[in-house]
Amino acid sequence: MLQEGVLVEKVKKLLRKAETCLPDDAIEALREAYELEGSSLARMQIQALIENSRIACEASLPICQDTGMIGFYVSVGDRAHLPGWFTSCLRRAVSELSDELPMRPNLVSALGRQNLGNVGACAPDVWIEQVPGDDIELAVLPKGGGSENMSSLAMLKPWEGLVGIRRFVLSQIQNCGGQPCPPTIVGIGVGGGADVAARLAKKALLRSLKERNGDPELARFEMTLREEANKLGIGPMGLGGRTTVLGVNVEVCDCHIASLPVAINMHCWASRRAKMMISAQGEFRYLSHEVE
Amino acid sequence: MAEVNLRTPVSQEESQALRVGDIVSFSGEFMFCRDKAHARLLDFAHRQRPIPVRMEGMPIYHAGPVVRGQDRSWRIIAAGPTTSFRMEEYEAHILRYYKPRIIVGKGGMGKTTSEALVDTGGAYAVFPGGAALLAARRIKEVIGVYWIDLGIPDALWHVRVEEFGPCIITMDSTGESLHEKISSESLGRLRGLLSG
Repeated sequence: MLQEGVLVEKVKKLLRKAETCLPDDAIEALREAYELEGSSLARMQIQALIENSRIACEASLPICQDTGMIGFYVSVGDRAHLPGWFTSCLRRAVSELSDELPMRPNLVSALGRQNLGNVGACAPDVWIEQVPGDDIELAVLPKGGGSENMSSLAMLKPWEGLVGIRRFVLSQIQNCGGQPCPPTIVGIGVGGGADVAARLAKKALLRSLKERNGDPELARFEMTLREEANKLGIGPMGLGGRTTVLGVNVEVCDCHIASLPVAINMHCWASRRAKMMISAQGEFRYLSHEVE
Repeated sequence: MAEVNLRTPVSQEESQALRVGDIVSFSGEFMFCRDKAHARLLDFAHRQRPIPVRMEGMPIYHAGPVVRGQDRSWRIIAAGPTTSFRMEEYEAHILRYYKPRIIVGKGGMGKTTSEALVDTGGAYAVFPGGAALLAARRIKEVIGVYWIDLGIPDALWHVRVEEFGPCIITMDSTGESLHEKISSESLGRLRGLLSG
C-alpha cells in the first residue's frame, strides 16, 4: 500500500535527481556538441556546461540557479488507484526540498510580484491523465524562466501543414538567439486547441533525446528540423557555432477541422527531468536515474 | 582577442579598452542585480535617493542566486546569469547614472544599451548560462545583501569574487556587438533555408 510519508520522500529523491543530475542522454548530447564545435569560444561554453553538470551531480547541488517552476506529469494506469492525497504529497515534496536542496524561491504572485517560495496557485503544476496499465508513472520537469519565456503559439491555417510548422519553428529559434541558453531542446506540440498544443509542447521535453516520434514521417521531420536549426549558426549561448539545438521533439494530437495549432516550448541545455514508476503494491522504481 | 584579469573598481580606461572577443575574469566586488532591483535603482536615481552601496566601477551581474543561511551567514550555492535582455529598459539609464561600466549576464542586450556603452566607455560580457556552480565557486564572500524585501533572487547581493570567469566581452565601447552580428547572420541563413 502506498503511504503518504513514503511518497513524499520518494518524490523528493526524484526531484533532487532531476535538479542535480542530467539524464545520460542529455550529457551525451553535450559531449557530441563539444566534438562538433569548431571554434574555441563555442567549445569553451560547452566545456563549462559539462564541467558544471559533473560538479552538480557529484555534490548533489542544483545544476542551475534557476531551479525552475516544477511540473509533475502523472500517468495513472486504468487498473491503478490514485490516492486522494497524491497531489498534496507532491506539493509537500516541493516545499520541503526547496529548503533541503536548497532550491531558489522562484514563485511570485503574477501581478503583485510578491515572492511565495515554490508552492502556490497552480504551482507545482500537476497534470494527471489516465493511460492503460497497472502502475502510476510520475515524471517531473523543473523548467527555468529564461527558456520558458521563449515559448510561442501559432494558430496556423489547416493547409499550412508541416511546411508551415517548419517555418514557424525555425523562425522562432532564430528570433530567440542566445536567450533560451542554447543548445536547446525544442518541444513542439501540434493539434488539439491552443491549450492542448501548449501542453504537448512542454510534455515533449520529457522525452529522451535518443527517442524519436513513433510516426516515421514525424521522426524524419524532427531530424530535419534539428539539422536545419543547427544551420542557423546561433551556437552555444548564442555566441555562434554548429549546435543551436540538441534535439527536436514533436508531439501530436488531433484537432478541429478549422485549426492547426502549433506551440513551441524550449528547454535550455540543462534538460532536467526524471521519471519513476509506482506499482499497485506501493513499490517504487526510478526509470531515468539510478537512485540509491 | 586578449585574456585579462580586471580588478574592481574598473576604471573607464580599463572598460573602454575591452573589445568583443576578449576573455575576462574579474576579481574584487560584484553586484547581483536583476529585474526588480533595476527598477528600484532607476526609481532612486529619479528621486535622487541614496542607494546602499557605491556602484561606480562595480560590475553589475544579471543573476539571482540560490543561497543558504540567513542574516550575516549567507552562502551562495548557485549563481549563473539570467537573461540580460529583460533589463534592456533600464540598463542605459543605470550605466549613465551609476557608472558600473561593466555588465555581466547572458544572451546579450539591445541597441539602447549598446549606445550607452559607447557613451560611457563600458562593456557587456557573458558568463556561460546555467554554469551556476562554476560561478558560485568564484564567489568568495557575501559582503552584504540589500533590498531583501524584493525577495531572495531579486535582492542586491554584494559579493567578493576571485577570478570570476570566463567572461566573454560581446558588446564594447566602439558599438560592436557579437549578438547583433550573430542575429543578422542567422536571419540571413533562415531566409536562405525558407526560400530553398
